[in-house]
Amino acid sequence: MSDVLYLDGISVSFGGFKALNDLSLVVEQGEMRAIIGPNGAGKTTMMDIITGRTRPDKGIALFQGDIDLTKRDEAEIANLGIGRKFQKPTVFESHSVEDNLQLAQKAPRGPFATLIAKMSGEQRAAIDETLATIALTEDRFRLAGELSHGQKQWLEIGMLLMQQPDLLLVDEPVAGMTDAETDQTADLLRDIAKTRSVVVVEHDMEFVRALGTRVTVLHEGSVLSEGALDVVQNDERVIEVYLGR
Amino acid sequence: MMALNPSARIFAILLAALTIIVPVLNLALPETSALHVPTYMVSLFGKYLSFALLALSVDLIWGFCGILSLGHGAFFALGGYAMGMYLMRQIGDRGVYGNAELPDFMVFLNWQELPWYWLGFDNFFFAMAMVMLVPGALAFIFGWFAFRSRVSGVYLSIITQAMTFALMLAFFRNDMGFGGNNGLTDFKELLGFDLRSQGTRAALFVASGIALLAGFLICRVIVTSKLGKILVGIRDAESRTRFLGYRVEHYKLFVFTVSAVMAGIAGALYVPQVGIINPGEFAPANSIEIVVWVALGGRGTLFGAALGAVSVNLAKSYLTAAFPEVWLFALGALFIAVTLFLPKGMAGSIKVPLPAWVGGRT
Repeated sequence: MSDVLYLDGISVSFGGFKALNDLSLVVEQGEMRAIIGPNGAGKTTMMDIITGRTRPDKGIALFQGDIDLTKRDEAEIANLGIGRKFQKPTVFESHSVEDNLQLAQKAPRGPFATLIAKMSGEQRAAIDETLATIALTEDRFRLAGELSHGQKQWLEIGMLLMQQPDLLLVDEPVAGMTDAETDQTADLLRDIAKTRSVVVVEHDMEFVRALGTRVTVLHEGSVLSEGALDVVQNDERVIEVYLGR
Repeated sequence: MMALNPSARIFAILLAALTIIVPVLNLALPETSALHVPTYMVSLFGKYLSFALLALSVDLIWGFCGILSLGHGAFFALGGYAMGMYLMRQIGDRGVYGNAELPDFMVFLNWQELPWYWLGFDNFFFAMAMVMLVPGALAFIFGWFAFRSRVSGVYLSIITQAMTFALMLAFFRNDMGFGGNNGLTDFKELLGFDLRSQGTRAALFVASGIALLAGFLICRVIVTSKLGKILVGIRDAESRTRFLGYRVEHYKLFVFTVSAVMAGIAGALYVPQVGIINPGEFAPANSIEIVVWVALGGRGTLFGAALGAVSVNLAKSYLTAAFPEVWLFALGALFIAVTLFLPKGMAGSIKVPLPAWVGGRT
């Protein structure tokens, strides 16, 4: 089975600052991976590289074995099947919850196609299903801007699901959530990971533990340690830079 | 009716009624009647309607896609020049120099033959196609480079200002072949109808009303479609839209081009009703004024933009005649007042209880 994501020797610098330094990372098909690391470790830059927002200075980034991500832009990569959730929940605040999901739904993306697009019964059913998954069925017609912070995070995850991606990149999904919401989010992500590959960037150790998955620790733009959470937590170097506060 | 919410429906009905009633009051009633609308006023209102269409075109891109164009006057003026060129060719040998082939200003400049880019403008349908094609093509090319390079926000606004300013300087030059400083004027006929006659003026008013209504309905169809929702998505969270897989630049290009074509049509309706087009129409301040109309009327409401254009211009017509020196101060004060007290503009702030037959809720 080929790897869903293959990063090798990625380096990128911004005005002398090395955001990523010879970063290599492999995510297997159907795997869930947690990425942790202190601020400035390069977590968000790595997501920017994978989703086409930033071009690496050097290195290889492959999706599904042979698709070169460094030559494509955001829209193209999104349509290949990589969905991204931002750190700050980013939904369309002046649209209803339903409209948010409709816009995310996998469908032709050109302006002329969307000008004449009509929602089919099948599409509506898919939206119903996602609404149930993210517990927003009751809020279907509310404006996304009126939702609570946690609900916005879920809506954004729901939008990712509507895209039907093969790989989800999720940046700090539980930032600002209550404990109960955090637990529910862990359940939701574990559920999603049954059918897709998921990469989660997170600071919250309890949450990472709840995910129960392989962990990669980034530090100064490269991989410091990798393995089960207990293993990396006992890694001397990791304790030194990150956990040994 | 498709895509019409109550306020949009009221606007469409009132506009259709106005389009019918004004010409009737002008043509059917004797001048002595109290309800008679004088012909000069028909043309004045017709001009307002063309401004309303222009405001609508700006609201489509600014209100719904967040593209603040400060150069839309250029598309309006280009549409106006295309119409002006047709009207110049209609003059034929009735000009001061009696030259059937060349407009007066070309004879004056000692030109021997019509420049190539004037060819075809004696044909009404060709000229009308150019009214739409020239602004549309300019917007497409301009937008292609600007949106692909991800120029947005204030930078885009500045280069649109630069575009209209550059066009103004170009059109001021005599050797551009568009009449230089004086522009195009002394029009006589449109499709063989005397432009000074009451009937032609009423017909132009009706054409303006129909164009505004059509433009309004087209805009409603666009903004209520899935494409319209994506435009709003681009306005509110551009990168989210991009990461969902939409090519933001294609969407901006589409709506910017549609908007420029509408502005061009507005210009073509304006010119025969005021009788002149000159490079002053490209002035950067004109384009800024359009944005003020939209902001005052209510950005992102469409009908608000149209109301803003009409009400500001009504005030302008009155104030520039009654107190010519205070007009600009009044416009400035109005803009500040609306920004402070009615941030959503007139249309967004005034809630009128609607009767049930237009779908209002009590």
